[in-house]
Amino acid sequence: MTIYRPLSLIAELTYRCPLRCPYCSNPLNYGDNQYRQELSTEDWLRVIHQASNLGVLQLGLTGGEPLLRKDLELLVAAAAKAQLYTTLITAATLLTPERATQLRDAGLDHVQISIQDSRAAESDYIAGSRCFEQKLEAARLVKALGLPLTLNFVLHRQNLDRIEEILELCEVLKADRVELANTQYYGWAYRNRDVLLPTREQLKRADAAVAAARERNICPMGILYVLPDYYEDYPKACMGGWGHLALVVAPNGDVLPCQAATSIPELEFVNVRNHSLDWIWFESPAFNRFRGTEWMPEPCQSCDRRGVDFGGCRCQALLLTNNAATTDPVCHLSPHHHLITTVTKQANQENLNSPPPLVYRSMSKSQFIAADRQQAGTGDWGLGIGH
Amino acid sequence: MSTIDNHARPRLVRGVRLRWDDVRKQHWLLVPEGALQLNSTAAAILALCNGERTLSAIATELEKQYQGENLIEDVRHLLSRISKRGLLIIEM
Repeated sequence: MTIYRPLSLIAELTYRCPLRCPYCSNPLNYGDNQYRQELSTEDWLRVIHQASNLGVLQLGLTGGEPLLRKDLELLVAAAAKAQLYTTLITAATLLTPERATQLRDAGLDHVQISIQDSRAAESDYIAGSRCFEQKLEAARLVKALGLPLTLNFVLHRQNLDRIEEILELCEVLKADRVELANTQYYGWAYRNRDVLLPTREQLKRADAAVAAARERNICPMGILYVLPDYYEDYPKACMGGWGHLALVVAPNGDVLPCQAATSIPELEFVNVRNHSLDWIWFESPAFNRFRGTEWMPEPCQSCDRRGVDFGGCRCQALLLTNNAATTDPVCHLSPHHHLITTVTKQANQENLNSPPPLVYRSMSKSQFIAADRQQAGTGDWGLGIGH
Repeated sequence: MSTIDNHARPRLVRGVRLRWDDVRKQHWLLVPEGALQLNSTAAAILALCNGERTLSAIATELEKQYQGENLIEDVRHLLSRISKRGLLIIEM
């Protein structure tokens, strides 16, 4: 099997964050001690250098909140020197004019700002923090500095009714690009699935709104719109394939094929403090475990799409079927597909008006989960939570 | 959209970069959340887009570089495709 070199490195600089979004992609045990032993500046500079030699072209600086790292400008400068294309993926509440200017001058290529809704109260409700106005200000700042701006809205049941307003806000803020990503259900989002999973009606309406916005060409670089995979017939090509196009470095230096991979208990992840990125990408067991198609069970093994969607998402297969090596249940050909249809049926029956309370990401909950997991030795805390 | 005029002066938008990848021995156009593979001709054309050279001038320069003839339609075609993705600014 030819192992391709990665195009992208997702650098999770920290799991610390001032926001508390209920769909955060950071693991449930993000508060664990190991993640508070963050990589040093020297460590990250070495990672950037190794990534460049490995063939990485795109560097995503994210977290948690990457602006919490004081060495961010140094990392951007090093990446720029290595000719990596750098994107700052941020909630932007900490983006002051000084920092933004420094980052631009250090060679930052692109900024992606998350906004949680089209209106202050609703946005702040999801973020768990009063931050809407700061985000708008940050968006204006990025544009004023001449940097390209992507606005990222995670879509879900609680904000899809304002899809037209969301698109209007993108236009007003002159976003160069828009990402409308329906939330995916792992970790924190899985705990909040009942509150977040949209109805078919909402998605139909969003389709129309996005089509209209594309027609009006509101954003020169386009609108990326991702449906929740629960409503698709085939699964997504998660990360573009396991160990295929991208790799993630967590704040403690563990290298992961995807941001949720620590939920898979059979996998042992290698740390940049101990091994080169090159060895980890090409040789480590974790990266090779689900690479290519040889590991696939039926129906994937005989399926024409096995090289297209790679059997979907391993983390989702584990979460829903207790086995990371099964077909992603999102696929209508999966023997476990009923796990999805039961949930979507329920989402379309329920009353939209009184959602259960959100489970916000929090350090205390996270540390509880980390301690609990150490005792029980289990995987993702989402397993067996009566859904 | 209408075709690009011979007198237009194209340039890449800010935040988009040409990159020679020495690892894969490959030209790329790096864009927000993406990377477009370019053959050497496309890379040569985009490298000539500085907001001052006209489409005609770019074609002439390319003809010199490649010892070719009448490349202006190829140039126009490539630039239209790049422009449709919102990656090009056409100064007039």
